[in-house]
Amino acid sequence: MDLSRRKLIGTASSITVASSMFSVPAWANNPIKIGMSMPQTGPLGAGGKAALLALKMWVEDVNSRGGLLGRKIEFTAYDDQGNPANTPGIYSKLLDVDKVDLLIAPYATVPTAPIMPLVKQRAKLLMGNFSFQVNAKVKHDMWFNNAPWNDAEGWFAGFLQAAKDSNAKTIAITASDQEFAQNLANGVRSGLARTGLSSVYDQNYPPTTKDFSSIVRAIRSTKPDVVFVASYPGDSVGIVNAAHEIGLGPTVKIFGGGMVGLQFTPIMESLGSKLNGIINYNTYVPGMPLKGIDDFFKRYTAKAVAEKVDPLGYYLPPFNYATGQMLEQAINATKSIDDKAIAAYLRSNTMDTIVGPVKFDAGGERANQRVIMAQFRGVKDKDLEQFRSPQRQVIIHPSADKTGDMVYPYEKARKA
Amino acid sequence: MAFSFDLLFEALLFGILLGGFYAAVSLGLSVSFGLLDIPNVAHPAVLLLGAYGAFSLGHYGIDPIMAGVLLMPVFFVAGALFYKAYYLVFERRGDAAAVNGLAFFFGVVFIIEVGLVLWYGVDQQSATAPYIGGSLELGEIRLPYRLLAAFSVALVMALALSTYLSKTFYGRAIKAVGQDEGALRLMGVDPVKVKQLAFGIATGVNALAGAVLLILAPIEPTMDRIYIGRTFCVVVLAGLGSMSGTLAAGLILGIAESIVLMFLGASWAPAVAFGLLMVMLGFRPQGLFGR
Repeated sequence: MDLSRRKLIGTASSITVASSMFSVPAWANNPIKIGMSMPQTGPLGAGGKAALLALKMWVEDVNSRGGLLGRKIEFTAYDDQGNPANTPGIYSKLLDVDKVDLLIAPYATVPTAPIMPLVKQRAKLLMGNFSFQVNAKVKHDMWFNNAPWNDAEGWFAGFLQAAKDSNAKTIAITASDQEFAQNLANGVRSGLARTGLSSVYDQNYPPTTKDFSSIVRAIRSTKPDVVFVASYPGDSVGIVNAAHEIGLGPTVKIFGGGMVGLQFTPIMESLGSKLNGIINYNTYVPGMPLKGIDDFFKRYTAKAVAEKVDPLGYYLPPFNYATGQMLEQAINATKSIDDKAIAAYLRSNTMDTIVGPVKFDAGGERANQRVIMAQFRGVKDKDLEQFRSPQRQVIIHPSADKTGDMVYPYEKARKA
Repeated sequence: MAFSFDLLFEALLFGILLGGFYAAVSLGLSVSFGLLDIPNVAHPAVLLLGAYGAFSLGHYGIDPIMAGVLLMPVFFVAGALFYKAYYLVFERRGDAAAVNGLAFFFGVVFIIEVGLVLWYGVDQQSATAPYIGGSLELGEIRLPYRLLAAFSVALVMALALSTYLSKTFYGRAIKAVGQDEGALRLMGVDPVKVKQLAFGIATGVNALAGAVLLILAPIEPTMDRIYIGRTFCVVVLAGLGSMSGTLAAGLILGIAESIVLMFLGASWAPAVAFGLLMVMLGFRPQGLFGR
């Protein structure tokens, strides 16, 4: 072939220009894959969808900044329906088929518990998602829970302190027959002796229970000073409704404790004034001074309204965004997506997040826990906006975040 | 829990009211599965559809039970048309279609659940009505109005269905089609049309029963799964196809559960339904009111 030098240079230049026109950045071809399952339907679906929205916000934020280590984040989330039978299969798929680089746990204890042996066996980092004590027995050294609690004692310390402050002597305990509620209730049971409380009623109920009238009646007949409930969202609504209809009795000074769901906006809105007087755990209520959280909620609310999920999103979303922030800091600092390197960094550094500084203990739970006990006050029916006010949920514990004193007995607090 | 006659009496009252609710949500299945022998595992999902329908009408200020009544004709027509499709696709093919039919109804369950998630979202929804949240005070005893309402609706539905099935021509035809389709055909009656009518009634009843579901507790798109076992248990315990039996079986189940829950603990309550069913199948396989 008789190819002149000019033609050769011209052809080479054309190929170079053309290839640069159609080439894609290196990061687009080699994204960092992060995968998880999340309850998007089922009884935990409302919380799960709100949490997922926050994680997607973090992914968008990171990708708009150019990704991590120059690589785009590719995020995969499957619906596990909150069903623990679904999660092992989903996480196997994430690891073996989707070949994700990093894993985030599904929201809640029950769906997370069955995947713990798998991730430990495969030596994968797992960012926990509001689980309670799922790593206590498995002892996986690459587990890091985003929830602001640690062990049962720290979790319910505020509730038992409230019981002590009200001079309560007896307690009725009712808990859902599943992992989270049982871990919590067992913690309360083991802590009774130290607080001088004696148990007058202690029954578990099956998670399929829909009407709680008989349970509330049975509790009422034991005339307790304190009623401690550990329940999932649907049960919490049923128990609050039944307590309102049947009445807990005049002896009750404190009612609440570990009711999941009373932090979700749709449930708070639907229960309205029935919430008044209840003292329940929470993770964030308006008025807590946290750097950057106001900006997060401003952006979150706009997206949540459009996607028909929890419009306030105080409970799970900021902590899920924080999960992303922690991964981002660890990856940038270690310049690696190696599970062990990220885990080592997370274990030995305090992370800066929108839910405040996060420090982990050896078990991957929060070393600087911050579970708050808040009492609902002055809640009116059918008013979503009222929950933006710090006055609707008064923090009675811990003292560092305290915004008011507890009102008791329960009958008086209902009218406060 | 210490035993006392006051508590026992209260447990009985709660049990009767709870039993009324169980009967209300099982009556439609008593027609479709009990009389027509259709493996309608989508029954609780249709109930849930009725509950969401009543919830939607609540936005226009319509009381949940009234909404259920208004939805009955719509559900009746939808049910009749649905049966026609089921007959053409599955039943006409004979015995081999039974398993396919079961798979078909499971498919319907998933379609309804996903449809509800897409339309209403995954949040729990609840209704407001004057009888939700309050209770009737009888001395120390407080009976929630919502349970009284559920019981009343169940009573009216069971009586109406029982009367219709035993006193009217079409009602007797529905009973007959469950027993001997061929004989009915010899009498000049088209069994497919009778079954279409019956399935329409079963679905229509579900609209009102769905409203009962809504007033009992908040609803969410996948809660139908909780009721599959319990509704089938009530229908089999009653004796397939007996409306008064369904009411009685619901009451027995409700009372047994309530007493167990009060004195033994709630964890044992789910075992009651299937324990009773096993005992019944052992001693009287045709059910309480079955022939």
